[in-house]
Amino acid sequence: MSAVARLITPRAAAIVVALLLLLTLPAWVGNPYYINIASQILFFAVFALALNVLVGYGGLVSLGHAGLFAMAGYTAALLLARGHGHLVADTAALAVTVVTAAVYALLSLRSTGIGFLMITLAIGQILWGIAYRWASLTNGDNGVNVASRPSPFGFSLAGADGFYYLCLVVFLVCVATMAVVVRSPFGASLRGTRDQERRMSALGYNVWLIRFYAFLLSGFWSGVAGLLFLYYNQFISPQIVALTTSAETLLMVISGGTATLLGPIVGAAIVVIMKNVVSAYIVRWNMVLGIIFILIISFMPEGLVPGSARLWAWLRHRWGAGKAQPAAKTGEDGA
Amino acid sequence: MMALQVSELQKSFEGLNVTRRVNLAVEAGERRLIIGPNGAGKTTLFNLITGEIAPDGGSIGLFGDDITRTSVRARAHLGMARTYQIITLFGRDTLLRNVMLALLGLCPRRWNPLIDFERQQDLVEKAEAALARVGLAHLAHRPLAETSYGERRRVEIAMALAQNPRVLLLDEPFAGLSIDERRDVQKLLLAIPRDVTMVMIEHNMDVALEFAEKITLLHFGEVIVEGTRAEVVANPRTREVYLGH
Ligand SMILES: Nc1ncnc2c1ncn2[C@@H]1O[C@H](COP(=O)(O)OP(=O)(O)OP(=O)(O)O)[C@@H](O)[C@H]1O
Ligand SMILES: [Mg+2]
Repeated sequence: MSAVARLITPRAAAIVVALLLLLTLPAWVGNPYYINIASQILFFAVFALALNVLVGYGGLVSLGHAGLFAMAGYTAALLLARGHGHLVADTAALAVTVVTAAVYALLSLRSTGIGFLMITLAIGQILWGIAYRWASLTNGDNGVNVASRPSPFGFSLAGADGFYYLCLVVFLVCVATMAVVVRSPFGASLRGTRDQERRMSALGYNVWLIRFYAFLLSGFWSGVAGLLFLYYNQFISPQIVALTTSAETLLMVISGGTATLLGPIVGAAIVVIMKNVVSAYIVRWNMVLGIIFILIISFMPEGLVPGSARLWAWLRHRWGAGKAQPAAKTGEDGA
Repeated sequence: MMALQVSELQKSFEGLNVTRRVNLAVEAGERRLIIGPNGAGKTTLFNLITGEIAPDGGSIGLFGDDITRTSVRARAHLGMARTYQIITLFGRDTLLRNVMLALLGLCPRRWNPLIDFERQQDLVEKAEAALARVGLAHLAHRPLAETSYGERRRVEIAMALAQNPRVLLLDEPFAGLSIDERRDVQKLLLAIPRDVTMVMIEHNMDVALEFAEKITLLHFGEVIVEGTRAEVVANPRTREVYLGH
């Protein structure tokens, strides 16, 4: 086999095809309504990938990430409303979000498991209360409007196409970052703290600090997703800070498959499509979403992506197709 | 100088005194065996020495430094390594990755988020060498979940050895091993050079006695007999609480 032929694995081919489809999406989708849905999938995928750093790789289930997502959105919206430029507002928003993530971490990393979940939930609810009740700052229930989207380097983001490409670039950078970090020594350490916390300490690792840094990484990308959400709607209100947002994002991660790169992306696509498309036809779309989740958790408790990989390996084995390699690596913990 | 100096160490769990004023002085390079009936407090003593449990009183010294308040991870960096009685390994990872994690723990690179962990050639080679030392080189790429109990016991030892410790604490390394495996592990432990001080908890007297230079007998959290191998074996108290049972 030549060197080139060896590079064309099924996986590499799938990535290239997916990239081509994503890059040409506005051309073959056409309708701005659907292009906007694609943008939503991309920034919710970024949010889900951010949450997955803690849930999947750190084994720390947070139910308060809406607070981080909204912290970025609100900070930017309020700075813009006070006349600051986009660059200042967005940079400050990300900085504030990372600091908020640090506060989350300081309070919640005293415990793991249910304790961690409850503390993140509580902080999220406090931030929701602030967004809702501190009207002199946040404009309360009325929310904050953003007059315009930025135009980086003269590239207009006003239309559906332009905004889609912004989301795509951010999404790809996020996926690449996650892929690198997960494979790195830091990523290995984080997974180690998930699997054997006690052994990791005995081996010389600072378990607390590893989790703290993971929280900052998760907070940063939650903030990036929150900014895209703000610019997408050009509006933010307390509704997005509510527990529903945190729960939905957690469902994206769990249904797609924790500790995988593809899982949260698939999960984000399912939730966004259900919310936008199916709700147009079925009034009780929420119930349909619930049923889908119950089915996924019943038949593929590890999530859709690892579950499908398992099913595929089983089918290939069963029908004797391909080489005898029954339990193909499911992508668990890898890409 | 004493490699390990435990003085007046005390610990109780909900009123139950599990460690009662334990004193233990292990010289550098020594091979110490700790014996005692089930529940005597042997594992608890290890947990106190590594810092996984905080003592109620007393002190612990490592090569002359007081480490009583030092964190578990810092003790690892000071040269303390242990194996667990209840296997504590990374089940989803290969044997090689398990040992690589042990090596990474003492290496500043562990914070690096940008390089590829599995391509750290020096770590790979050292991990392979550690696995070869315990006779598991041929299983390096097997997931831990697909290995036998005896193999996992040896991975525990490989991980501790990979860290190149000054003090090695072994908690029942022969438990559950077949006769052949026992002999292999025994050879391996006897071959460890003298710059490593070793403290071993073991019930299996045929293998343990050959290893031991000095023996400490714990009973209800107390040191009741201590001395050379011959002294302890000959002591009637040993027979009474331990060997006879
Ligand atoms: N974390 C804990 N909380 C409460 N009690 C504990 C704890 N750890 C140990 N114990 C108790 O302390 C006593 C000593 O336990 P330890 O594990 O140290 O015994 P051991 O000598 O290692 O026994 P074995 O030979 O069975 O391994 C036991 O009675 C045990 O139940
Ligand atoms: Mg024990």
